[in-house]
Amino acid sequence: MSTPKPPPTPKLAWPGRVEDGRRVLKYVDALSEAVALEMARDENVFLFGLDVDDHKAIQGSTRGLLDRFGPARVFTTPLSEDAMTGVAIGAAMAGMRPIHVHIRMDFLMLCMNQLVNIAAKARYMYGGQIKVPLVVRTIIGKSWGQGAQHSQGLHSMFMHVPGLKVCAPSNAHDAKGALIAAIRDDNPVVFVEHRLLYATEAFVAEAPYVVAPGRARVCRFGRDVTIVGVSNMVVEALRAADLLKEAGVAAEVIDPIWLAPLDSDTIVESVRRTRKLVIVDNGWSMCGAGAEIAARVAEACAGEGPLQIQRLGFAPTPCPPSPPLEAAFYPNPATIAAAAYKLARPDAPAWMPDAAKAELAYQLQFKGPF
Amino acid sequence: MPAKAKSTPKKAVKSGASLRLYRSLRRIRRVEEEIARLYPSDKIKSPVHLSIGQEGIAVGVCDALEARDAVSGTYRGHATYLAKGGSLAAMMAELYGKDTGCARGKGGSMHLIDMEAKVLGTSAVVGTTVPVAVGYALAQKRLKTGAVVACFLGDGATEEGCFAESLNFAALHKLPVVFVCENNGFAIHEPLSKRWATDRLCARVATYGIPAKRFADSDTAAIRKHVERALLKMRKGGGPIFIECLTWRWREHVGPGEDYDAGFRSKAMLAKWQKKDPVAKAAKAVSAKQRAAIDAEIEAEIAAAIAFAEASPFPSPEELGTDVYA
Repeated sequence: MSTPKPPPTPKLAWPGRVEDGRRVLKYVDALSEAVALEMARDENVFLFGLDVDDHKAIQGSTRGLLDRFGPARVFTTPLSEDAMTGVAIGAAMAGMRPIHVHIRMDFLMLCMNQLVNIAAKARYMYGGQIKVPLVVRTIIGKSWGQGAQHSQGLHSMFMHVPGLKVCAPSNAHDAKGALIAAIRDDNPVVFVEHRLLYATEAFVAEAPYVVAPGRARVCRFGRDVTIVGVSNMVVEALRAADLLKEAGVAAEVIDPIWLAPLDSDTIVESVRRTRKLVIVDNGWSMCGAGAEIAARVAEACAGEGPLQIQRLGFAPTPCPPSPPLEAAFYPNPATIAAAAYKLARPDAPAWMPDAAKAELAYQLQFKGPF
Repeated sequence: MPAKAKSTPKKAVKSGASLRLYRSLRRIRRVEEEIARLYPSDKIKSPVHLSIGQEGIAVGVCDALEARDAVSGTYRGHATYLAKGGSLAAMMAELYGKDTGCARGKGGSMHLIDMEAKVLGTSAVVGTTVPVAVGYALAQKRLKTGAVVACFLGDGATEEGCFAESLNFAALHKLPVVFVCENNGFAIHEPLSKRWATDRLCARVATYGIPAKRFADSDTAAIRKHVERALLKMRKGGGPIFIECLTWRWREHVGPGEDYDAGFRSKAMLAKWQKKDPVAKAAKAVSAKQRAAIDAEIEAEIAAAIAFAEASPFPSPEELGTDVYA
């Protein structure tokens, strides 16, 4: 009789695919890999939220976690976003590290009281006696008629409140590293994902690593104009930079990654060289992330010579589902490129790239629902 | 000390509890009377919501708790904080806005906290602490500490959505929570009759599968006994309970005075409730000699706490920016 083999230890890392000897992983898988690694490392980490444990696994982003860590650490909730946020805060005050998941950012409006009045202030108004290590994972929707209540990018509301941190990663590498950083952070972090980024791929190391708060990344160097993108708009800005290159304009593209704390130094340093700044927000411009970035740059560069700033963002309307209306609602590579061109070449005639060239591969591939 | 002090005579236990209850009740009453006395001096830099008249509920519940158990209170939270063992000196310093305050001058009367005594932070937004207390209880269950959480809330909080959400979740997960509703009949100045379609609060709560009991007189000893017995089952995974304790806020909603001249509630009701005064009732259970000794201790402690608060420094302006983030 042979000794029975012990069951294989479940692998925490997703396989992905290998390119140039390095692993390529999708954004959606990078999210669940980050959580799996942290749950394995720290037993105080748990993940909960409506539908995190069902067969669709929050559009794949919690896939595998229930099997690996069991129902005590991966569980669904009643439709009680307000109280569930309070529950997460209370558990965090007791030393645990909850990750509260919302399939759409719009639902965070139901959590505002707890996030703004308790989570953000507890450390301060309780004189440093407690901390709230909480991650709120949330997804911005877009396309396939998501409509007014499944598409909002509301990150600036949270940037406004001292005590909260806000992160909006634009690629799989940052999604993994920033989520690990958020889970290890001793403060409440609103972690803003974008549905259209879920299928995008990047090189992602298998080992845990952090993409630390308050450090922006220069994604592309250029001397003519600085473009700052937020969340999914980083991808659109990079495509705009390609279009601009064809028109002879070299755009520098910056991804803040973390919106609070915001690394405005990196942006200011770039604008000091280009004197021209386009901010493309994945939200409304009014009191938005772009307004904050523009103000900081204007304050930092005051008296240093001419400065041109242009904000782009959602049209000042609710988001419509009908395709032609929705297309006009969002900035896209063509409108971004045209705005940047106008700043970079003020004396040249207005230029708009071919609309067909502005379409992104994932926009063509993406099919609903969600 | 005898080697085998296994059983204490029943009378002594009773007398020990009587002394404890009287001491705690009298202490809270006197602290708040002193706050009211000091208030016109403008040394206290915080709006105060006094619990004078309501102390019996916090004292009854907290006397049944162990040190490892936590309490979660409301903005009318002095009694809860003190009954669970929160530091009086740190509370007084907090009211004065001093650096030695329990929240280092960043909380005030509505945000008292003492994590060493397991007093979770109180909140000025009605109902917000209820789910937080439930989450704290969830962690106790997961971490297997054996501790329970007593979650104090007012009648107004039962109208908030998060109250229903929290009851459901606590019952679903069988969390160790004693929900304690201090029903004083008014939300600021609005009576229950303008806010509730029916006053069958316990019946509402019971539909969540939570045993609910109303205490019409809020007798301190009766509340204590009920909670003490319920905790035996709760510590074995029995899930939450709810108690509704009818009571009367003797003073105005906020501030040191009374509000009977405003006409929205009658002084006759005050007189009716003053006949049930928990402090006077507890005083009857102890001898005059014991009372005198306890009272003297309390006065000395309060005087020391006030002196501590007055002598303590204010936070330096640089403290404005600390503890925004951990």
